[in-house]
Amino acid sequence: MNLLRRKFVKTATFVGAVVSVAGSGILLPQRALGAYAQSAFDARDVDGALVGSLGSAEHTPSDEIRLKAPDIAENGAVVPVTVSSTMSNVTAISIIAKANPGPLTSTYVLSSASEAFVSTRIRMAKTSDVIAVIKANGKLYSAAKEVKVTIGGCGG
Amino acid sequence: MASIKIRAKAKDGVTTVKTLISHPMESGLRKDSKTGKKIPAHHVTEVTAEHKGNLVMTANWSGGISKNPYLSFKFKGAASGDMIKISWVDNTGEGDSAEAKIK
Repeated sequence: MNLLRRKFVKTATFVGAVVSVAGSGILLPQRALGAYAQSAFDARDVDGALVGSLGSAEHTPSDEIRLKAPDIAENGAVVPVTVSSTMSNVTAISIIAKANPGPLTSTYVLSSASEAFVSTRIRMAKTSDVIAVIKANGKLYSAAKEVKVTIGGCGG
Repeated sequence: MASIKIRAKAKDGVTTVKTLISHPMESGLRKDSKTGKKIPAHHVTEVTAEHKGNLVMTANWSGGISKNPYLSFKFKGAASGDMIKISWVDNTGEGDSAEAKIK
């Protein structure tokens, strides 16, 4: 069952790549770097989110990743997060809020022209670690920072 | 509908792009305070950036991104005067795109 799904995701990625290469110029289906990994966003734990988005749950902490996030976020609905790295060959960046109902907030698929830099604003349900995971040279590296949240931003 | 604001600036060969998208970004977890019913998920799933027909970056988003999302990224190989195109699609199939000149 699970294997089948992986196979499907892989096939979908491949088809997407072919469409990109062909550069058909048709707007739909939209051209993108990598397929939208629904399973990663449905995952309720950090490992599941990482396997779905970056292909593996094994990541090693690295000093070469700079994760900028506030120490205390008064409003969990808007938490500014900036991830940058001095590593080369960075192909993807994921931003994870560990205690969120769905921990994976976003994945950024980079091209060869991209710099390893992404800045956005995420929602956080409660105080937890924000984890930035970077895929460089096929391996995963991470940096984490605890953000204290005064008012949660995921509703409910 | 102009739902995208773009600022792009090239400096020393690196272009910094800043974008703001107007979108409610409903996570699907929030409840309506009057009816107590859950508000269905309505959020941007994919943002793409294009420069001269080449994809520079794709962002895959969940409802864990704030309302009216902000995104900034950097890339190499563009000169001022070039155009940068940003497009988004949400989980209901709606989308928009906009172009801006790199300063």
